Amino acid sequence: MTAPLHEPAAEAAPSAVDEATVAATGATAVQGRSLGRIAWERLKRDKLALTGGVVVLVLILVAVLAPVIAHLVGQDPETHHEDLIDPLFGTPTGSLGGISGEHLFGVEPVNGRDIFARIVYGAQISLLVGFLSAVVAVVIGTVLGVLAGFFGGWVDAVISRIMDGLLAFPQLLFIIALVSVMPDRLLGLTGTSVRVLLMIVVIGFFGWPYIGRVVRGQTLSLREREYVDAARSLGAGRFYILFKELLPNLVAPIIVYTTMMIPTNILTEAALSFLGVGVKPPTASWGQMLSSAIDYYDSDPMYMVVPGVAIFITVLAFNLFGDGVRDALDPKGSR
Amino acid sequence: MLAYLIRRLFAAAVMLVVVILAVFCIFFVFPKWAGVDIASSFVGKQADPAAVEAVRAKLGLDDPVYSQVWEFFKGIFVGRTYVGGGDVTHCAAPCFGYSFRTEQAVWPVLTDRFPVTLGLALGAAVLWLVFGVAAGVLSALKRGSLWDRGAMVVALAGVSLPIYFTGLLSLAIFAYGLGWIDGQYVPIGDSFSGWLGGMLLPWITLAFLYAAMYARITRATMLEVLGEDYIRTARAKGLKEQVVIRKHAMRSTLTPILTMLGMDLGALIGGAILTETTFSLPGLGQKVLDAIKNQDLPFILGVTLITSLAVLIANLVVDILYAVIDPRVRLA
Repeated sequence: MTAPLHEPAAEAAPSAVDEATVAATGATAVQGRSLGRIAWERLKRDKLALTGGVVVLVLILVAVLAPVIAHLVGQDPETHHEDLIDPLFGTPTGSLGGISGEHLFGVEPVNGRDIFARIVYGAQISLLVGFLSAVVAVVIGTVLGVLAGFFGGWVDAVISRIMDGLLAFPQLLFIIALVSVMPDRLLGLTGTSVRVLLMIVVIGFFGWPYIGRVVRGQTLSLREREYVDAARSLGAGRFYILFKELLPNLVAPIIVYTTMMIPTNILTEAALSFLGVGVKPPTASWGQMLSSAIDYYDSDPMYMVVPGVAIFITVLAFNLFGDGVRDALDPKGSR
Repeated sequence: MLAYLIRRLFAAAVMLVVVILAVFCIFFVFPKWAGVDIASSFVGKQADPAAVEAVRAKLGLDDPVYSQVWEFFKGIFVGRTYVGGGDVTHCAAPCFGYSFRTEQAVWPVLTDRFPVTLGLALGAAVLWLVFGVAAGVLSALKRGSLWDRGAMVVALAGVSLPIYFTGLLSLAIFAYGLGWIDGQYVPIGDSFSGWLGGMLLPWITLAFLYAAMYARITRATMLEVLGEDYIRTARAKGLKEQVVIRKHAMRSTLTPILTMLGMDLGALIGGAILTETTFSLPGLGQKVLDAIKNQDLPFILGVTLITSLAVLIANLVVDILYAVIDPRVRLA
């Protein structure tokens, strides 16, 4: 972030850009360490961050392979197992919410759906919304932040006011309001896909000012650097400076803010589903499982613990990884 | 100072108009684009066509958007009379909308529920400020120590736990398992000690989340401030460490905290939706959720607006406090 080098770009898109940068600068013979490499070596030494990263990878695998995993344990998220339910209280028979070799995390009260399968499928919704809404926020935030910082003047004034305004809004409430007034049928989509799409767009929309503010500030300070002056005096056009000189140096802060935004977005998705404006049943989502668990917190506590712990582990893993990435990419870092 | 105040007040007024426009768009314009018949969503899913038409006339939904906004805006100050479908409904000022589904004006319901939410937000804020900021400052001063590591692990866990999960857990443990606390909300007018008992768990749960956030931010800000040149100057001229911390470092550490406090408190006063739902507190947040479940749009709209107002006012107060804490703001 301080040193105007191309290397942080190599960090973002490892192979292709790496070769391009190396070829362009003819640096093949040089044995120096790039900023990306320094960051990676710092990250490798950060045990907590690595653990977080590994857990994140495992979670992504679980989400992608959900149908396979559910099939392996012989369960699916929507089959009812009423025979495992105490007809009098509606809670699972057997100890700890009906945990058994067959039902690893037990079964849900009343209808006896397998909790393990629902957790595995729920990971799909959580991660999908968490990642894609962060992508939406990063794209809008980077474009508008760069525009504001690079062009200044009234462009900056307008964009900055919009960002201030959005940051001052009570976001959760606006997200809830927006998601709840929208219809169940949109752009030819129905059911779960509409809710997921809505959540991605709305959460992303309220998230972009956080990225936008950082990118704007960085752009403002970067465009006054000598190397940008040098490029300009060599006759480089605006767009060359924008894409070749500025953007590569913005990659590090953008990566940091993206990794820190994903866990927040996952929590927001869970909150929306908890409140009943997110994904609709019978589609499994962690937030919605917790919300049905409210009625059983005394009679079947496992029903609440399992999705709660799932959310906790996911968000914690992302936070640990995000903190590690931030420390690793911090040019002031001492390690 | 006066010029600064006037500027902030003007900015707040502009924001207010923008917020009203935004809220209006969310409820009246965007759904229209998405192909929703707004009138029928104000009446209910099984409404007969005559009732839908009546609401359409009452709200003037076929009028241009600017005149709808103007009618709504005017209603806040002078009240509003809805005419249509052969009957007349009056909504006294300040009219923040009227629910044709429950035949209730929005404002009185909101003022009824406001004290619950206010009590929750303020009580929790005191707790999280005291514990969060203290933990953050201590961690920064003893960087790398056992305390620092311990506190930051707890804080990281705190920001990773959804509040409705910690809330349910604490209910299961303290109210159901150990039986220490009743877990029932009692209005403050009925019994003060009952109210305290009912609010204790919500306060602690809510404060835990925010204290974790504030501790992390305080620690980071404090460490940054301690690296500034003016701190070195203060030490170099022989000030006691205590004075350097209290008089020089704390002042700049507190400004970003204050900004956060303004936004967080404002948003919470407008309804701590998740906390109120988890603990069944009859506040604004719970009302919003009920309204969402019943698709009772005027209440969602009303609370959204009130919350935005609360955030605006909180930010204004913060801006004024800024001027007190930070002399640079006054002079700018």
